[in-house]
Amino acid sequence: MSVRVSMKVNGKPVSADIEERTLLVSFIRENLRLTGTHVGCDTAQCGACTVHLNGKAIKSCSIVAMQAEGADILTIEAVAHPDGTLHPMQAAFKENHGLQCGFCTPGMVMNALDFASSHPNPSEQEVRESLEGNLCRCTGYHNIVKSIMAGARAMAAAK
Amino acid sequence: MTTSLIGARVPRKEDYRFLTGAGQYTDDVALAGQTYAAFVRSPHAHANIRRVSTDKAKRAPGVIAVYTGADLAAAKVGGLPCGWLITDVKGQPMKEPPYPVLAQGKVRHVGERVAVVVAESAAQARDAAELVEVDYQPLPAVASAAKARSSGAIHEIAPDNVCYVWALGDKSAVDAAFAKAAHVTKLEFVNNRLIPNAIEPRAVNAVYSRADDSTTLYVASQNPHVERLLMTAFVLGLPENKVRVVAPDVGGGFGSKIYLYAEDVACTWAARQLARPVKWTADRSEAFLSDAHGRDHLTVAELALDKDGKFLAMRVRTTANLGAYLSTFASCIPTILYATLLAGQYTTPVIYCEVTAVFTNTTPVDAYRGAGRPEATYVVERLVETAAREMKVEPAELRRKNFIRQFPYQTPVALCYDTGNYEATLEAAMKIADVAGFKDRREQSLRRGKLRGLGYACYIEACGIAPSNVAGSLGARAGLYEAGEVRVHPTGTVTVFTGSHAHGQGHETTFAQVVADRLGLGMEQVDIVHGDTSKILFGMGTYGSRSIAVGGTAIVKALDKVIAKGKKIAAHLLEASEGDIEYDKGVFKVAGTDKKKTFGEVAFAAYVPHNYPLDKLEPGLNENAFYDPTNFTFPAGSYVCEVEVDRETGATQIVGFTAVDDFGRVINPMIVEGQVHGGLAQGIGQALTEGCAYDDTGQLITGSLADYCIPRANDLPLFKLDMRETPCTHNPLGVKGCGEAGAIGAPAAVMNAITDALGVKDVPMPATAQNVWRAMHRA
Repeated sequence: MSVRVSMKVNGKPVSADIEERTLLVSFIRENLRLTGTHVGCDTAQCGACTVHLNGKAIKSCSIVAMQAEGADILTIEAVAHPDGTLHPMQAAFKENHGLQCGFCTPGMVMNALDFASSHPNPSEQEVRESLEGNLCRCTGYHNIVKSIMAGARAMAAAK
Repeated sequence: MTTSLIGARVPRKEDYRFLTGAGQYTDDVALAGQTYAAFVRSPHAHANIRRVSTDKAKRAPGVIAVYTGADLAAAKVGGLPCGWLITDVKGQPMKEPPYPVLAQGKVRHVGERVAVVVAESAAQARDAAELVEVDYQPLPAVASAAKARSSGAIHEIAPDNVCYVWALGDKSAVDAAFAKAAHVTKLEFVNNRLIPNAIEPRAVNAVYSRADDSTTLYVASQNPHVERLLMTAFVLGLPENKVRVVAPDVGGGFGSKIYLYAEDVACTWAARQLARPVKWTADRSEAFLSDAHGRDHLTVAELALDKDGKFLAMRVRTTANLGAYLSTFASCIPTILYATLLAGQYTTPVIYCEVTAVFTNTTPVDAYRGAGRPEATYVVERLVETAAREMKVEPAELRRKNFIRQFPYQTPVALCYDTGNYEATLEAAMKIADVAGFKDRREQSLRRGKLRGLGYACYIEACGIAPSNVAGSLGARAGLYEAGEVRVHPTGTVTVFTGSHAHGQGHETTFAQVVADRLGLGMEQVDIVHGDTSKILFGMGTYGSRSIAVGGTAIVKALDKVIAKGKKIAAHLLEASEGDIEYDKGVFKVAGTDKKKTFGEVAFAAYVPHNYPLDKLEPGLNENAFYDPTNFTFPAGSYVCEVEVDRETGATQIVGFTAVDDFGRVINPMIVEGQVHGGLAQGIGQALTEGCAYDDTGQLITGSLADYCIPRANDLPLFKLDMRETPCTHNPLGVKGCGEAGAIGAPAAVMNAITDALGVKDVPMPATAQNVWRAMHRA
């Protein structure tokens, strides 16, 4: 069965006719061709598919696109400044070598943005707990933790 | 350019695209007319296939084609080849059973491919795959290495399920040494099977063009040329020049993306039949079932010592589980890359190792980060630590007593270490880890109801397997060199093509540092290209921590040629003799004068050769090199792990981890530290959380990320790292490689710490709370 969905993605209204079972992540990747959001496990374990739905980080493999009807979605492609300047959280990942293969990175950044909005100066332990739903196989999390701590502080300072 | 780029923490060139969602991984590639493949996989570990019925699937919505093993057999598609021939103790070649792309009448592990459905959408392909009816006749299955020899044959050519029995070392000398030993330490353990789990699942997208009879394959691969060579020459019989393999951004490999997989072949073959692009991306369950696994050794190891604690001999017997088929490099992992490392950092004069490699009804096993070397280090370092405790000697002291201190050092197990300083890394690690303060910390922990333990691991690694002719004499069916090309553009900027492949290692940055430093250019004037057989020279890709030592050296050799030709051009332009031209920091100078030409001016002259010695020199400035190393490189290091174990639950927390490594010269310490962090995480994962489990019928019990626990952020500490440098003596950069070290050294360090905390001889890996609790209560 085909169904029409409409939502706002990265500030732009989008709509499409899709199969009812289409996951939000498939809609984002396949229909909108925004391939920065990744699929690592399809079981809500790895967090590579994390996007923001109405400002909160969610795993886009865990809901169907219809559930996002009318929602405001933010993906990794729209996090940097429109002139291309990295967001302070993205910059912190770069400065702290918080990424290697890059596959988990968009999900890490999207999750970190949500976390940092309520944790302007997080402790190492708070950051580790915030990463419960995001897996990385490259970094041992060492530099991701440092990146998020630095990024959160940079975001707070920029306010 | 004033300061050297070697040793500089240069931020990565690749980060911007990954941080903004602009990376291009295989699944991100969408082609006109795209179709999608789904595989029908065996639910049985061992079964005869009586019948495969595809009628219903073929009639399902959106289905374009369904292929079975019969279709591939009719098309004479070959089996997957093994890249290393092991010769057994009797001089006979290993048993090499056929490894079909789609099952031929029989399945031998859960997840083996039986049929492939191609449809207009991924969902339609999956739906239709459910409609393929396979009539299986289940057979008895065996999953464990221990039981393989006494179980029914999996392959006709190996009636006892033995692929080979192989040995290295002087058995009679070892037995004689054991006979006169003052002390013998013996351990028996399993090196647990691991499932790699790169976060990007394997993926392939194949497209065929009838217009020029060419095939392009996008694939998540660590070595696109090897993939192409194996697929064209051994499986599909296609001309190599008509096949292009592109490995774009690849989301982690850890060994699992080295191999030629059946899915790659099936999609490529289907794309050629249909003349439409065919894409397949593994879901996580498929990754668990079909990515080559790692480790899985059952080992009895003994160390003989004299009364003063000097090592006299080591004797090791290992049964290695190869799984149901021989994956691409499976055969050399528990042999050439394992037994040769058993000397570790020590002067053990004689060593004997016997390996029985067996087939079981499990997913094939191959190289996973470290590949043989973590298993060897685990043997050596668990033995040494246990011997120290048994002889009541400080474990660090026993190691010092036996360290190799003179180089080059010829081990009794074939390797010749060129350089190292094991005392230096151990001393630094003990200082950083504050070993002196451990007793106090142990008491403090006890007061909180926790058992605290400290463990060491002093590892050695052999990277950049080489030279090709020696490897060939040991059974390698491939070369082990690397290729590099330096293309200087007329304006003096540079594009470098490398046969190495990065899937997280940051070569675009590290290699650019080497090039920019050598040529005296800015980082922005250098680009590194990899991962496309239509662009790069025939290269061997990335595995075994070889990229900087082999790939980096190939680039340096090409750079030397560029500079040599540049000197000739500069000599002409400056009307000087070639011998008087010096090159430094981007400028060709006549020695002792102020006459000079910049690199850009020389490049321009080479491409606009108006004032140019055309009678003696070709125009252009483009050089390449193939580099075949004369020896392995030998990174080494000392790790100190400190754990706290909860007495009530057995839950183990790593409270301190210090790693001091000697990787020779380090190009980018930030990137190298990142490699160590990641390796440590995987090594700690093996020790604490990761354990692949099959039940007795060959069903994979740990088939998801909920059952198989790769470490999460909360499982790991902040690591304390330092480095010591003894430059490699046989490559121009003095580099050794760093990608696998952490995974090699960490498991023994963690398990030495846990057994210290508990006061027991051994705890099986992974040391889950349950395993630790049981060990506590047995003790």
